[in-house]
Amino acid sequence: MAKLILDFEKPIIELEQKIEEMRKYEDNLDIAGEIRTLEKKVDQLRDTIFSNLTRWQRVQLARHPDRPYTLDYIHMMLDDFVELHGDRHFGDDKAIVGGFGRLGEDTVLVVGHQKGRDTKSNVYRNFGMPNPEGYRKALRLMQLAAKFRRPIITMLDTPGAYPGMEAEERGQAEAIARNLFEMSHLPVPIIVVIIGEGASGGALGIGVGDRVLMFENAWYSVIAPESCSSILWRSWDYKEQAAEALKLSASDLLEQGIIDRIIPEPPGGAHRNHAAAGETLKKILLEELKVLKKIKPEKLVEKRVEKFCKMGRWEE
Amino acid sequence: MSWFRRSKENISTAGQKKDIPDGQWTKCEGCSDIIHRKQLEQNYFTCLKCGHHFRIGSREYFELLLDPKTFKEMDAKMRSVDPLNFVDTKRYSDRIKDTIKKTGLYDAVRTGTGEINGIPIVIVCMDFAFIGGSMGSVVGEKIARAIDRALKKKLPLIIISASGGARMMEAAYSLMQLAKTSAKLAQLSDAGIPYISVMTDPTTGGVTASYAMLGDIHIAEQGSLIGFAGPRVIKQTIGRDLPKGFQRAEFLQEKGFIDIVVHRKDLKETITKVLRLLTD
Repeated sequence: MAKLILDFEKPIIELEQKIEEMRKYEDNLDIAGEIRTLEKKVDQLRDTIFSNLTRWQRVQLARHPDRPYTLDYIHMMLDDFVELHGDRHFGDDKAIVGGFGRLGEDTVLVVGHQKGRDTKSNVYRNFGMPNPEGYRKALRLMQLAAKFRRPIITMLDTPGAYPGMEAEERGQAEAIARNLFEMSHLPVPIIVVIIGEGASGGALGIGVGDRVLMFENAWYSVIAPESCSSILWRSWDYKEQAAEALKLSASDLLEQGIIDRIIPEPPGGAHRNHAAAGETLKKILLEELKVLKKIKPEKLVEKRVEKFCKMGRWEE
Repeated sequence: MSWFRRSKENISTAGQKKDIPDGQWTKCEGCSDIIHRKQLEQNYFTCLKCGHHFRIGSREYFELLLDPKTFKEMDAKMRSVDPLNFVDTKRYSDRIKDTIKKTGLYDAVRTGTGEINGIPIVIVCMDFAFIGGSMGSVVGEKIARAIDRALKKKLPLIIISASGGARMMEAAYSLMQLAKTSAKLAQLSDAGIPYISVMTDPTTGGVTASYAMLGDIHIAEQGSLIGFAGPRVIKQTIGRDLPKGFQRAEFLQEKGFIDIVVHRKDLKETITKVLRLLTD
């Protein structure tokens, strides 16, 4: 499958390819110096482009089909992972995965949205759009984690909860609401990581926790820019403006107090280097867990509710 | 050139659809019958002929449900700010100002304490007329404080929902109100205080995906549209028309999400009965 190259990535990739090309002749020709100069140049170019990304460009990065997904992080970070299936009521939603595994020395539960990488796997994963049984599976697993006193890590990456007929019949809204309610008072540490797309209630449905971390090029908001454009501008053409207006980037959300910490991505974005992204995340998760584990369950819950209650701006 | 020119400004044809019609006579949206305003009022703003429920606001609900002179409003003047300087086709700050002027309301929810057939309660009611009953920071904060009051005074909570969902112009702040209100409701539930959720037409999006669906008892007005995604979006997803009655109160009851579907005229008695059974 041809790799997707975003418009703003093109100059970087072209230069990188040129360097690759030159390396082939490095042994015969004395071009080592030239290669070094070009490497410096590509680093500079990458820095310039990536430090000036628009919000819409970040949305595109967050949706990049090569970006690491929940199962990728699980396999990179956890040992002895056991995936668990089903909500015990209706079925097993493939758009949300979860299971226990070891993160360093701790057994943790990881639950997250799961997208597919090609058409076939995307159909299997319903493009990462959960049905109610997905949220109910997540809740069942989180309640198991609470029962056995294991910390919970959730990974958000969804274009939204599935807006289908059956989803409505089975109570999409109730399933999400129930998760928000229950997650707010589970007596174990919960770390939420927005790894890609955080679209509205479908993302938040597994997103209530003590610490909310977000990858540098992920997005998180009340609605996707395209849908926002179609509703407020009555046209699909204002997605860039909508992305700007929604202030949905990691640095925006840190400023708004919605997230606690930004996870830096490897140069060029997480899709360019899975291993580095996984390593950074693991290191940060271990750090965060160490702090959270020391807090008593009652205090943890109290602080969690307080944290979300502070969110919002008003005047009186 | 047309023969007749409209010379007076006070004749209008393309007026905005109003929640409660201003004139003396109005046409029922359900059966097209012509009803007199007095008649409509006496019949709880429902059509005598077909039972269609007109959309009404917090003022009407408080009058309908609460014993006279018992309502004490809380945080009446809390207002939305424009934390993100949001501009679409219009500035959000202007939108707020204009809507306040147009509706006489300060935001999409009003909260307070009152009595219902002598039972003291905390009551919350949304106004669909205020930016589609959308939930932003003010709605979330007012509801959180109402729940705090219910917790402190050990009073049952009633929330009457009417909303298109979270307010886009406050973006992530709006989204977080789902978590905030749900977390407060968990505290209320842990304290063993009853919460009755009343869903009216329409209750969709983030409001359904948070407090509306978290009641101990779910009551819905007959015929109300209740759902997560709106019918237009679902139609787009599945590429065909939706069956008649889909996402209506009766349908949701059939699917197991609503305890009681009521006609508006029975709302007060139904709530009273439930409260007496749960709190006596």
